[in-house]
Amino acid sequence: MSHELTRTLTELLPQIQGYIYPNEIEVHWGLLIVVYPYITGIVAGAFILASLVKVFNVKEVQPLYRLSLLTALSYLLVAPLPLLSHLGHPERCFEMFLTPQPSSAMAMFGFVYAWYLMAVLLIEIWFVYRTDMIAWSDEESGAMKWIHKVLSLFSRDRSESAISFDHKALKTITIIGIPSAFLLHGYVGFIFGSVKANPWWSSVLMPIAFLFSAIVSGVALVILLYMVITPLTGAKINMKCVDKAIDFLFYAVIVDFTLEFVDFIHRIYQSEEEIKILSEMVMSKLFMSLVIIQVLLGMVLPLGIIGVTKIFKKRFTLNEDLRKMLYFISVLLIQFGIFTMRWNVVIGGQMFSKSFRGLTTYKMEITGIEGLLYTLVLLALPLVILTVLLKILPPWKELREEGKDLEGGTPGTLPATEA
Amino acid sequence: MRDVLAFLLSGGAIGGILKILPSSALAKEAPRKGKWYGFGVSVDKCIGCARCMEACKTENDVPREPFFFRTWVERYIIRKDGEAVVKAIEPNVEAAPDTSGDRSILRSFFVPKLCNQCADPPCAQVCPVGATFQTEDGVVLVNVKTCVGCRYCIQACPYGARYLHPVTRTADKCTFCYHRISQNLLPACVEVCPTQARIFGDLNSAASPLTRFRRMNKIHVLKPALNTEPKVYYASLDGEVR
Repeated sequence: MSHELTRTLTELLPQIQGYIYPNEIEVHWGLLIVVYPYITGIVAGAFILASLVKVFNVKEVQPLYRLSLLTALSYLLVAPLPLLSHLGHPERCFEMFLTPQPSSAMAMFGFVYAWYLMAVLLIEIWFVYRTDMIAWSDEESGAMKWIHKVLSLFSRDRSESAISFDHKALKTITIIGIPSAFLLHGYVGFIFGSVKANPWWSSVLMPIAFLFSAIVSGVALVILLYMVITPLTGAKINMKCVDKAIDFLFYAVIVDFTLEFVDFIHRIYQSEEEIKILSEMVMSKLFMSLVIIQVLLGMVLPLGIIGVTKIFKKRFTLNEDLRKMLYFISVLLIQFGIFTMRWNVVIGGQMFSKSFRGLTTYKMEITGIEGLLYTLVLLALPLVILTVLLKILPPWKELREEGKDLEGGTPGTLPATEA
Repeated sequence: MRDVLAFLLSGGAIGGILKILPSSALAKEAPRKGKWYGFGVSVDKCIGCARCMEACKTENDVPREPFFFRTWVERYIIRKDGEAVVKAIEPNVEAAPDTSGDRSILRSFFVPKLCNQCADPPCAQVCPVGATFQTEDGVVLVNVKTCVGCRYCIQACPYGARYLHPVTRTADKCTFCYHRISQNLLPACVEVCPTQARIFGDLNSAASPLTRFRRMNKIHVLKPALNTEPKVYYASLDGEVR
């Protein structure tokens, strides 16, 4: 018997309001399970942004293409870690692949994940970088030469027909990739949405709401990374690209907001058995994280800021630095908003008793595997992986040159002068 | 490769997909043959002595801390203004506070709770590795050797009947004392109940005490709207109980 667990749970006893079933005092899915849908969401969102370029031919966001693919990969590699760390017996996790239960949403997620990693993301990145890797390995010497040689799987063909095949393959993979990305994060939503015992989770809108919040968080993160990384490499931020990406982000946030609002209205109007305890929970336990952070700071405020830059377009196009700053603040706020959305779903779903008679409470630990420090490591890890990936598979050419081409190629619409 | 194709075409894969829809595909099977265990609770007979809770913890090595229960007893006090005060009674407490003089109380009663051993158990449906399973005689068990401790089953149980065992780090819950009933003994809680508020038996046997209990009483189950088809049947269950 872990002494620490007893102590923590005993501390929680006086904070229970009303009646909860005696087994319900332990919050079983903590911070790690909050991180898991957050990270998976970024993967799906970043991929959707990449597919804008390849499938929907949105040329303006081309500079973000490779960056978003690499972002998706680095987050995808970390995605299983919070799940694995949270298991009571992580050493048995392979059972999910060896003897999966076909009726379990969680077991099937492993296969969706593997499909997405192996069949979509890795292959797409390989085709994108194939010719570059050949060129690099020709120029380089030492370890990097061999890294690129191995990564390109020793392919040497740079003929015209090979390159056109690459393009065709890319298009096909992206077309398969979009429903796969939807599947990946829709499935995460389904893991929660299909739990009929929990009225806070059980909703058909859950997978769709998860999907759109995923697109929001992924697009916002790639914009954020682009705005931070580009100046570090000495290049200039291509505002035409950022403007376009922010456009998409704006509409995605509106859809996401609408979905959550519909869910909210639906619950209030139907006013079923659980409505009393849920409204009590929202007004007390979740007021800060749901009403203030997720809705007001994470959605309404950034929507307002971006809306203002759209309405007073002329004034803001002249002052590029101001626009940059406003965008930067908005994407940061949106990032926090989506993280708290995951928090409100996962933790919120365990704050009320399934007897609908009481509320329990969640005390975040600092150290330990469920603690804050480990979570911060998990959140930083994708950025470390991304740094390594950027070293091995640099997207700079695209970030700089294609950006320049765009500016030079279509002059007039947006003056790209320094303010 | 040919084997894989043959498997896909043979319908094995389709069977797997159908299993995702258990409530429609599995619940309404033909009546089960052989033993099909169930449980009866006579709410009016329970005096809240907590001997069942004590016996369960002892018999099944349930951690003694008050956060882990395979069975527990709730005390309901319904006031005249309609307010319901609910509390899980604590074992080893001398007696419940005397409320006989309290004129604001309309009615009060005890309700024993345990795993409902659902015929269509959501916990078994969500288990990613099949560690939670239903035996042929209708008892839902957890295999401690394969449970990965993901706790999805704890989330999926509408009755709060499961907990994560702090020592084995696997999911745990009432087994109807499977080690006892397979030797024709009664579950520990039934054995010690001084008022026979708990009844155990085979639903398929006309002679079992449970069948008699179901014949003699008006029966209700917990949260029937969730379609889990509980096999713990309550007599004289109050509408306030969830």
